[in-house]
Amino acid sequence: MSDLDLSEQAALSNAWQNWYRFSRNPTAVIGAIIVVVAVLLAVFAPYIVPYPADAGAVVDFQHRHLPPSWEHWFGTDNTGRDNFSRAIYGLRVSLALAGVVLVIAVPVGTVLGILAGYFGGWTEIVIMRLTDIALAIPPLVVALAVAAVLEPTLLNSMLALASLWWTWHARLVYSVTRQVRAQEYIEAAETLGASKLHILFREILPNVISPVAVKTSLDAGFVILIGAALSYLGLGVRPPTPDLGTMVANGANFLPDFWWESMLPATVILVLALGFNLLGDGLRDLFDVEDVR
Amino acid sequence: MSAPTLEIRNLTKTFPIRTAFGGKAGAVTAVDDVSLRVAAGAVYGLAGESGSGKSTIARMVMGLTRPDSGDILIDGQSIIGVKSHAHRGRVQMVFQNPGASLNPRRTVGQSIRVALDAHGKPAARVGDLLDMVQLPRHFADRYPHELSGGQKQRVAIARALAVEPRLLVLDEPTSALDVSVQAKVIELLEDLGRDLGLTYLFISHDLSLMRNFTAEVGVLYRGRIVETGPTARVFADPQHDYTRLLLASVPVISDEEAALRPDIPLINGELPTAEELLALRQAERKSE
Amino acid sequence: MSLLSVEDIHVSFTTYGRTTEVLKGVSLSVPAAQQVALVGESGSGKSVTMKSIMGLLPQAARITQGRILFDGDDLLTMRERDRLKLRGTAMSMVFQDPMSSLNPVWTVADQLSTILKYADRRLGRARDRRGRMARVHEVLAQVRMREPERVAASYPVQLSGGMRQRVLIAMALLSEPRLLIADEPGTALDVTTQAQILKLLKDLVTERQLALLMITHNLGVVRETCAYTYVMHKGAIVEEGRTAAIFAEPQQDYTRALIAAVPRLTGRDAA
Repeated sequence: MSDLDLSEQAALSNAWQNWYRFSRNPTAVIGAIIVVVAVLLAVFAPYIVPYPADAGAVVDFQHRHLPPSWEHWFGTDNTGRDNFSRAIYGLRVSLALAGVVLVIAVPVGTVLGILAGYFGGWTEIVIMRLTDIALAIPPLVVALAVAAVLEPTLLNSMLALASLWWTWHARLVYSVTRQVRAQEYIEAAETLGASKLHILFREILPNVISPVAVKTSLDAGFVILIGAALSYLGLGVRPPTPDLGTMVANGANFLPDFWWESMLPATVILVLALGFNLLGDGLRDLFDVEDVR
Repeated sequence: MSAPTLEIRNLTKTFPIRTAFGGKAGAVTAVDDVSLRVAAGAVYGLAGESGSGKSTIARMVMGLTRPDSGDILIDGQSIIGVKSHAHRGRVQMVFQNPGASLNPRRTVGQSIRVALDAHGKPAARVGDLLDMVQLPRHFADRYPHELSGGQKQRVAIARALAVEPRLLVLDEPTSALDVSVQAKVIELLEDLGRDLGLTYLFISHDLSLMRNFTAEVGVLYRGRIVETGPTARVFADPQHDYTRLLLASVPVISDEEAALRPDIPLINGELPTAEELLALRQAERKSE
Repeated sequence: MSLLSVEDIHVSFTTYGRTTEVLKGVSLSVPAAQQVALVGESGSGKSVTMKSIMGLLPQAARITQGRILFDGDDLLTMRERDRLKLRGTAMSMVFQDPMSSLNPVWTVADQLSTILKYADRRLGRARDRRGRMARVHEVLAQVRMREPERVAASYPVQLSGGMRQRVLIAMALLSEPRLLIADEPGTALDVTTQAQILKLLKDLVTERQLALLMITHNLGVVRETCAYTYVMHKGAIVEEGRTAAIFAEPQQDYTRALIAAVPRLTGRDAA
């Protein structure tokens, strides 16, 4: 058959094409590098940081409020702890927060979105109206309320955020599912006698993965910012656990003289959030998906 | 005498036209009192343009749309109101656009296996089915975007054959393909039909292809079969004006074919539309 | 002398860092007031050839060699401004898709008169609003719209597919071009409508003495409209000649196989 050679070529070059497009997209590459480096730093924090002991409650008045130097890249805080070491440890909290919130919210939102999009009717009305209601509530406000009513712990903040965050994914997956459902291959699967479960999770799900991946990456940046905001307001991690938001709040007391104590951790938060956003944008270009904020 | 593989009796389907507020504003009759019989192993063609109702008939035969009235029988048994799963084992469909009818995120093997699993057939049949449509077995691991249009349509045929149907509905199966690829796919369908004893309901607007592929043809115009009979006879001696207009419109590549096209009277120097031609004939008949 | 002559054009595409030559030396010519077909299957390079002529190649493509002469002037070396002056005026394009080639939010008159305004500006012609409307009604009448005024005032959704295709032809006629380039006209339409469009196109080019370059995959369309044919395959012209001669006695294996693959209205036995 003469049309074979064409597909051989396609098969060979597919992985290559994706890699090529990704590597030619500076935004995506920078985003990916930031995220990977941040994750590695967080995981190996105890082996990397110059002053691992400073992650705890250490008081060293001799070295308090030192400006950035070769010994202390980010300077020291009001109890003389190394801010760089604490910032690296702080990555752990930010990434864990984003990870837990999204691990709960993304699957829940995706499943509800697919169900609503595929079945329509009452399923759609119930799920999507619930989503609309939940969408109307700002996550930060709920997190504040939960922290105020219950204990202001990291776990409570995570649960508060996760309890609302699924709605964004449900919306997205719902609209993508609606488009996919109208495709002929779904009808083909139905005429072949495939089960509903098969159609939902084998036929439709793989087609919503790309936009969900893009959104998840973008969301990770937002969750990190909200988490930092909660900590800044004193509703996040309890001292002495190192946390970037808490460091900013603490350092803000000593502005403008000891500017590094708040500004440098704040920069770390920004760069981390930026990294996730760049990665998300890059993935969006790579997958060529639309409709994702 | 055995029952025909497909029999359609007085099939009618109307679709409501809704106003902006969901109220009923009227109805269009998509399929109007259509009857036809296709014997086992035969190839029946439904010829028509857009809006003729040919796709609605296909959807009703597939059980995707419920008719308003009339009956559809497969091997003498009505399929109306029958549980769909049993029905799906007997009738399958090959869609027009092979690019759209295969899930882009699933391999060829996975797509074919859906059909096998759904009907309790062994997954190992994937290789045999690929052999049947003359594709290499290792294509099971390919994704649709790695295949050419003709190869995708072969996969779609293999998937339809996986459930071992009696009747295959072919909805413009080659209209998205290049002409040389189309010739090969048609050849494959003919071979398969002969080897497996399949019955085909072939839906197309391409009259040249219809002439070559089908034994019997029904010409659909606005939901009605206006002319039916052996394809060779209908094409050589069309009785209905719409059939004549369709034949006259086919772009052909030889003088012999051109000679076969009926003469259509021009209206103001232009080829008439079907409505104009039929109105003209009616006026002529009245004045006689 | 030919109105349009493409001389040994080579075009390369660079995708994902790799360069492939998609046109390997294509030459063809369209004499004034003659109808010529460029026929080929998907991937043959016929669209790339058409885009090279119209100057519509995507960024990844590069013309590495050859000349494209229109009326003796090389389109590839002339100033962009001069080329723009030709495009849409002396040579214009009949687009394929009657659904997506018209903007749904503007009336036919809006769209045609805007195009005319820009063409006038490029050519330094002065014409007021009323003059433009008159011309719009005139071209709509030329494509045998029975009620040009009503069609002009319509939005695309209010027109049938066949009427929209006529509007696209009218659009190409606006500036009284000498060469029409038609890309698969009527393929998106029903058979009976397609036949009307082809007849209209044929009548127009003969009445108005226009040159036509028809780009299509449909051999039947070629025979209906063009006396001379170029057959393309894998980026090169494999055969050229009078349409009747090629269809009756193809010389090359590829052309022979292509023609043999076309189903015949007379059935298999006769073919």
